[in-house]
Amino acid sequence: MTSSQTASPGGAAAATTVFVPGDAGSLSLGAEAVCGAIAAQASSRGLEVRLVRNGSRGAYWLEPLVEVVSAQGRIAYGPVSAADVPGLFDAGWLAGGAHALRVGDVDSVPWFASQQRLTFQRVGRVDPLSVADYVAHGGYQGLRRALAMSPQAVVEAVTRSGLRGRGGAAFPTGIKWKTVLDQQADRKYVTCNADEGDSGTFSDRMLMEGDPFSLIEGMTIAAIATGASRGYIYLRAEYPHAHRILTRAIAGAYEARYLGADVMGSGKRFDLEVRLGAGAYICGEETSMLESLEGRRGEVRVRPPLPAVKGLFGCPTVVNNVITLSTVPAILRHGADFYAGYGTGKSRGTLPIQLAGNIKRGGLVERAFGLTLRELLYEYGGGSASGRPIRAVQIGGPLGAYVPASQFDTLVDYEALAGIGAMLGHGGIVAFDDTVDMVRMARYAMEFCAIESCGKCTPCRIGSTRGVEIVDRILKGEDPQRQVVRLEELCEVMVQGSLCGLGGMAPFPVQSALKHFREDFLARVSR
Amino acid sequence: MLSSAQSETVGRILTEFKDRPGPLLEVLHAIQEALGHVPAEAVALVAGELNLSRAEVHGVITFYHHFRSSPPGKHVVQVCRAESCQALGGEALAEHARARLGVDFHQRTPDGKFSLDPVYCLGNCACSPAVMVDGKLHGRVTPERFDALLAEADTEGSP
Repeated sequence: MTSSQTASPGGAAAATTVFVPGDAGSLSLGAEAVCGAIAAQASSRGLEVRLVRNGSRGAYWLEPLVEVVSAQGRIAYGPVSAADVPGLFDAGWLAGGAHALRVGDVDSVPWFASQQRLTFQRVGRVDPLSVADYVAHGGYQGLRRALAMSPQAVVEAVTRSGLRGRGGAAFPTGIKWKTVLDQQADRKYVTCNADEGDSGTFSDRMLMEGDPFSLIEGMTIAAIATGASRGYIYLRAEYPHAHRILTRAIAGAYEARYLGADVMGSGKRFDLEVRLGAGAYICGEETSMLESLEGRRGEVRVRPPLPAVKGLFGCPTVVNNVITLSTVPAILRHGADFYAGYGTGKSRGTLPIQLAGNIKRGGLVERAFGLTLRELLYEYGGGSASGRPIRAVQIGGPLGAYVPASQFDTLVDYEALAGIGAMLGHGGIVAFDDTVDMVRMARYAMEFCAIESCGKCTPCRIGSTRGVEIVDRILKGEDPQRQVVRLEELCEVMVQGSLCGLGGMAPFPVQSALKHFREDFLARVSR
Repeated sequence: MLSSAQSETVGRILTEFKDRPGPLLEVLHAIQEALGHVPAEAVALVAGELNLSRAEVHGVITFYHHFRSSPPGKHVVQVCRAESCQALGGEALAEHARARLGVDFHQRTPDGKFSLDPVYCLGNCACSPAVMVDGKLHGRVTPERFDALLAEADTEGSP
């Protein structure tokens, strides 16, 4: 099963392979029409092309980025619109011909060449729905190794690699797995948290749409390592395209016997299915996600017990994010030391960073930990899209702090960001130029918390609504000095008193706005 | 009252899913997929078959933004309101959407053609602002492009 199709059958010459991204992001920029135009042009010119719908390479300012496999190598053109296609054929692009949109060999473009893609090594390169393509690009070597090792040794390798939860909490993955492995239980589960709800993040989506088998393999390794026999991918309902691709990929993995009763002939069973969320941000919190998987309101559970001890349906459960699980195959394949060799301090390995918002070259950059914000924003991101100075960035989603330009030399790793009161979260960075009104952003943080609060604890449920009201008073210029003090007190109560990270962290953007952009709040008097 | 065809659909869905672990969300998704929304009259059927109270089923339907208790417009338009889209004019686009459709968020146009819903991130943050129409994602949406998307949906007819 693949996602390729051949146009103009019957031509004498061998078909030229043309990659046209089929991920939701590229489709949102017209990739489907481009694909149709290529097929039509090829047909009318009597040329044979084999169209492969790959994932995105992550350079969204170049999407749709079409790659032609020519004698010169894999030559990219972008951003291509359907209207450009006849001209590209006229320019002889199937042979890598010159054209204003010619980007060249993607691997030699500095933006790509300087990246260190381990988790995303295949995304954009392979046919996401082809098991054969996956295996040809190193897929299932990690699982093969894991099956030859003891469960303890697999867990030990993941621990030694230094891999930490990429969903945001950054908990050491191997330690979590060991807790599940150590439980005596008839049934255990592996669940994947694919409820990627943070604004500014899209790496889970890109991975699931561009290389779904790496997630499937990672979950299978987690199951082998912990003694689980069943897995669920909890996918947000806002990702219908990823749902289609995952469903087809899982069917393909079953067909090729990488899933099911006898995983790779090992005699071990692992069954996997996708379950859809229903538009609730809180379900990205792991205990809330488990409630939702069980068919209930996504209200958070009080911990302990940890999900690793008593999780889904009361059984020991691994809960990991998409990126965490999709990184595991590379760790098993290349070894713990290989992965731990990347990174800095306690932040080992690589991180797929997502550049979003008001940024010229938005997209996905996977690099070892250790880059500064400035390098990411200006060297990869090219500065703001509007051309104005970047005034603030929000890191780690709607619960993440706003970081001012004066702190752009901070390293992007877990500890360095914690040191300035920020957090890395899921690795999304949203840039704002100098037209941003930080009072509005503070209001939005409280409003979002009010909309998404599960309602179980008072500081979050009531505090967020009170927060919106206080900011509204500031916006109206009603004694902002006093309201700012009240807002700070409220934030403190929410941080200290909330049951989970939603109410406990929603004040972070507000507090950081108050700290670094206080002038926006106090200036309301004179406005 | 549910029509007999609707009751039959709900019954078929319940038969298909009721023995799976934790089936309620799957059942509700399937009902909404088939009927466009989860009618209030379906709640008792679902509760009875899954051995839950009606309050539990109602509680789940109202907890999740995705589930609808009333029929949507012929086309569902979701405009992202989250930070990344805000950084590139998302709020102005949201205003435009409201003005253009003449309804507020969570409402349906009087002619029944469009529902306007807010959404908090569509995962297209490198191509903000983002809009989804009938489950199809669109990036870098300007007010002009928004109008064109509505016109396209309208001429295409039912999704």
